[in-house]
Amino acid sequence: MAEISMKVNGRAVTAEVEDRTLLVHFLREHQGLTGTHVGCDTSQCGACVVHVDGKAVKSCTMLAAQASGAQVLTIEGLADGGELHPVQAAFREHHGLQCGFCTPGMIMAAVDMIRRHPGGLDEKTVRAELEGNLCRCTGYHNIVKAVLAAAEAMAGQKAKAA
Amino acid sequence: MYQTTYHRAASLEEAAKLLAQADDGKFLAGGQTLIPTMKQRLAAPSDLIDLRHIPELKGITINGSDMRIGAGTTHAEVAAHAGLAALCPAICRLAAHIGDPHVRHMGTIGGSIANNDPAADYPAAVLALGATVETSKRTIAADDFFTGLFGTALEEDEIVTAVSFSAPEKAGYAKFPNPASRYALVGVFVARRPEGVRVAVSGAGEDGAFRASALEDALARSFDPAALDGISLPSTGLMSDIHASAEYRAHLIAVMAKRAVKAAIG
Amino acid sequence: MSVEGVGARIARKEDKRFITGLGRFVDDMVLPRMKHAAFVRSPYAHAKITGIRTEAAKAMPGILAVLTGPELKDDGIGNLICGWMIHSKDGTPMKMGAWSPLAVERARYVGDAVAVVVAETRAQARDAAEAVEVDYEELPAVTEAVEALKPGAPQLHPEAENNLIFDWELGDAKATDEAIARAAHVTRMKIVNNRLVPNAMEPRAALGHYDGAEDHFTLWTTSQNPHLARLVMSAFYNVAPENKLRVIAPDVGGGFGSKIYIYPEEIVCLWASKRTGFPVKWTADRTESFLCDAHGRDHVSEVSLAFDADNQMIALKVDTIANLGAYMSLFSSCVPTYLYATLLSGQYVIPAIHCNVRAVYTNTAPVDAYRGAGRPEATYLLERVVETAARELQISPAELRRKNFIRAFPYQTPVIMNYDAGDYEASLEAAMQAADYAGFTVRREEARRRGKLRGIGMSCYIEACGLAPSQAVGSLGAGVGLWESAEVRVNMAGTVEVLTGSHSHGQGHETTFAQVVAERLGISIDQVSIVHGDTDKVQMGMGTYGSRSGAVGMSAVVKALDRVEAKAKRIAAHLLEADEADIVIEDGAVKVAGTDRSLPWAQVALSAYTAHNLPEGMEPGLKETSFYDPSNFTFPAGCHIAEVEVDPETGHTEIVQFVAADDFGNIINPMIVEGQVHGGVAQGIGQALLEGCRYDPDTGQLLTASYMDYTMPRAADLPSFDVLTSNTPSPSNPLGIKGCGEAGAIGSPPAVINAITDAIRNNELPMPASSQTVWKALRKAA
Repeated sequence: MAEISMKVNGRAVTAEVEDRTLLVHFLREHQGLTGTHVGCDTSQCGACVVHVDGKAVKSCTMLAAQASGAQVLTIEGLADGGELHPVQAAFREHHGLQCGFCTPGMIMAAVDMIRRHPGGLDEKTVRAELEGNLCRCTGYHNIVKAVLAAAEAMAGQKAKAA
Repeated sequence: MYQTTYHRAASLEEAAKLLAQADDGKFLAGGQTLIPTMKQRLAAPSDLIDLRHIPELKGITINGSDMRIGAGTTHAEVAAHAGLAALCPAICRLAAHIGDPHVRHMGTIGGSIANNDPAADYPAAVLALGATVETSKRTIAADDFFTGLFGTALEEDEIVTAVSFSAPEKAGYAKFPNPASRYALVGVFVARRPEGVRVAVSGAGEDGAFRASALEDALARSFDPAALDGISLPSTGLMSDIHASAEYRAHLIAVMAKRAVKAAIG
Repeated sequence: MSVEGVGARIARKEDKRFITGLGRFVDDMVLPRMKHAAFVRSPYAHAKITGIRTEAAKAMPGILAVLTGPELKDDGIGNLICGWMIHSKDGTPMKMGAWSPLAVERARYVGDAVAVVVAETRAQARDAAEAVEVDYEELPAVTEAVEALKPGAPQLHPEAENNLIFDWELGDAKATDEAIARAAHVTRMKIVNNRLVPNAMEPRAALGHYDGAEDHFTLWTTSQNPHLARLVMSAFYNVAPENKLRVIAPDVGGGFGSKIYIYPEEIVCLWASKRTGFPVKWTADRTESFLCDAHGRDHVSEVSLAFDADNQMIALKVDTIANLGAYMSLFSSCVPTYLYATLLSGQYVIPAIHCNVRAVYTNTAPVDAYRGAGRPEATYLLERVVETAARELQISPAELRRKNFIRAFPYQTPVIMNYDAGDYEASLEAAMQAADYAGFTVRREEARRRGKLRGIGMSCYIEACGLAPSQAVGSLGAGVGLWESAEVRVNMAGTVEVLTGSHSHGQGHETTFAQVVAERLGISIDQVSIVHGDTDKVQMGMGTYGSRSGAVGMSAVVKALDRVEAKAKRIAAHLLEADEADIVIEDGAVKVAGTDRSLPWAQVALSAYTAHNLPEGMEPGLKETSFYDPSNFTFPAGCHIAEVEVDPETGHTEIVQFVAADDFGNIINPMIVEGQVHGGVAQGIGQALLEGCRYDPDTGQLLTASYMDYTMPRAADLPSFDVLTSNTPSPSNPLGIKGCGEAGAIGSPPAVINAITDAIRNNELPMPASSQTVWKALRKAA
């Protein structure tokens, strides 16, 4: 068994888990944070994407023990109190989700993508950057729209703040 | 995943010691290949020794035209490194197209070459750049490092610590991805160096990455895509699966080689 | 139209929980004392099971039970059934082989469930499943339907000689043959419709809970139709009588048909819960989804399309072999028959049509309805042969289609369907204009200069949706009626709950159904809650598939609303001392038209329940239930145009433009309708370019059992789509809705293949047109 401790959505947690426990199962089953999903076994679908120390990773491809000591952000921790993150708001506004299963991973991937492209995004880049996230409902059309809109909204916010 | 025991090593010495103590231990770098393999119950190491927290494996250093990439450097870090981009942009572009953004945040150059997956991208670059693989015990020339499918010259308790190479005069990489897995169906890295032209192919060989001498000879005469016009490679020794026959792979090698040269001379 | 009413493009009510990670899917459910199940599955495509030893597994840590087929039989659990009877042309009924939820004596495909392990944790269950020792005697396997029909092929079921399930026909063989004999031109093709794996992103899951105190079962399951699941599990599988079984389908992460059916795992989880005394949960991993979810398509057909000297179609003859896999899944028999052959007239006047279908067992996963179900197979066949005919006749593809369009409605086809309304020319024109069809040659030339081969292709499809009416489907063999039911419950303070038998798993019913109510009662959608997916809450239902929730499910809501509205008006007329005919409901109030006399909606609702002053003889309350059974199918139709660029060096195809012009009748929320088209088109492009389920023909092993080998469309594989809709209302339901869920997957594959074959000048191109496949076709053309 592994003793692990980490910050999940800003809250310190400690637990004793089997060494083989994946981060995604730690989050879902030990922390009750079921917004992070498992959609495949081969690290491709991206339904499990969370941020570890500020970077998007696949929580199905990391042991909970590997994340010990890290800061983990899941979809549940993204909104600021009652206020949706601009990416969450854009997904709703642009109908970037249907069944909602891939959505948490998509949103976490999009937040990371926008962070890594401070100079802005275009459609081609967004599509290429979504390589690690599968959606079966939307044909990606409205997801791409939502990411572009969120990137623009966030750039606008930043400009205003500056 | 079968039961395993996780260890976090703080130094190379500790990592080697932990491995020696284990029944059937394995080093864990970024884990982007090993963890999925374990999830599929295709690997069952008794112990995992996490190398991500070893300071010696971190960092990229540039010394004149010499580059040294610490084995624990992630693909994302290589892709975004300005110093590397100035000397060898092809290595950055290669790293920027490994897996997906999330995989690139975890996967490392050391893990990639130590695993030597036939469809991985890095082995082609390491071979074509004539790089040196530094380990916890010695240095190994690229040509001696890869020894066949998932095979390397590494001893069981030997850890890759860095990959170093000198700036090529020109270098380029072109990949045709497997449509499903997005691994390289064929990836060709070309490099022109003072010592000559090297062309290495990933994704296609039954024995893993290999150098393509016919292409090297043609490009040595003229480092230009046109030098490869009409060249046709034999399909012997190439992999064949539902996505690409050996024949198709042979054809793609020539096409990707041309595109790599085109990218190199930009 | 009110701001939130019918036709409003408003954001979805259900989104908030999904974007904040608060959706509740089956695998998210946790019950006290819950245990985990893992299945032992056959590694062979075909094998005799000569022994199962469970001792070693039972001795492992955390194991509560290891259960096998014979124990399931001892408890009287029944075999899985196919619920749609098809008779062969010789009058004999289809040959249904036995399908036990846990295989007994024989396994018939890789993944066939043989035993189940129940353990404290998921990982322990998996560990022990590997320790169950099954003795298999491997038998020869056959995976392709054409091979399975040949003499000497491995035989799957004693009930089905030569693996033939049925040999069925529709249409007039004699008239068709005669017309072909006198034709001026006949286009003949062999058409293969590739096998697909549905791949809803949420893997299937089941949580069974037997409550000993109440002698009552609850099943949480990833289902598109919980009431149907309850019916089948009660009436056929003997799990529990309907009044002792509650089925809940909470948030469900996509279905596309694959979650219509009742699978072995749900039955086993319920049964194992009673056996062990614990709630039992199972969640598929993706490999299990690939192995065991019902697959789609898999047809091999020969087609002949005959023309007279004036290029008028005079006959269509089709001979199809359909692979149904190792067992007959719940609706498998209707897919290659009544959902397929009945659509072979397409948008065209074809006086004589004959279709013969042989359905065949093979050692592969069961095949059933997948988005479109039969209609994509019909459309692909017809639109490929029409395009090919245009090339042979050297007439423009649009012109040949136009010349043969049905223009007068209603139109009775020679294959059962009676098309009620449509304007095919309008969709064709709209699509061609949006695609700048006329400018294509300039774009082709420009692409050629860049070293790319550019092609354009179209497809004019029709589909039958709103699966119903009950009497009609009953006469064709359906074991169930295909009505839908709704209850509109106005609460005492005026808020509204709509209980519907439709099930939303991405379609946005919580928004669109509320829009219909908002439109009628003049209240905000926030005051309307949609309740679905729970047999204890919702009176009855037939679920969501076949693009039926709008046309049938919403129509049931409308019918109940009619009654609610009538009663509310009577109450208001009584309270306001006005004539009932003068009462109108708008803006949250019940008014006397043309006066300033009105009552807030909430007050009328309250009055219905206080019952202090109701019209003479009126019962208290404001709550109405309805069952709606439409008069006909609906017939959405449209035109899709794809434009592609092929890289001749690699064979890689890029879709550079995709236009869909669809006639869906009236639309409740255009944003959601467009989203349905996007998703459908993506799956259709997936079929055409990327997705192909492959078994090893010798061993029967599934070669595409994960995303490492099965090509799922990714964002970079697709363009943004140009979606246009036109609205010829359906006369068959009160809302004039036709249905939009499947059109994208139906119309797009032939458009894409027609475009690629145009680009590469080689008409021989199988799906999926992967880079390798196109490269090979290019080499053959050269």
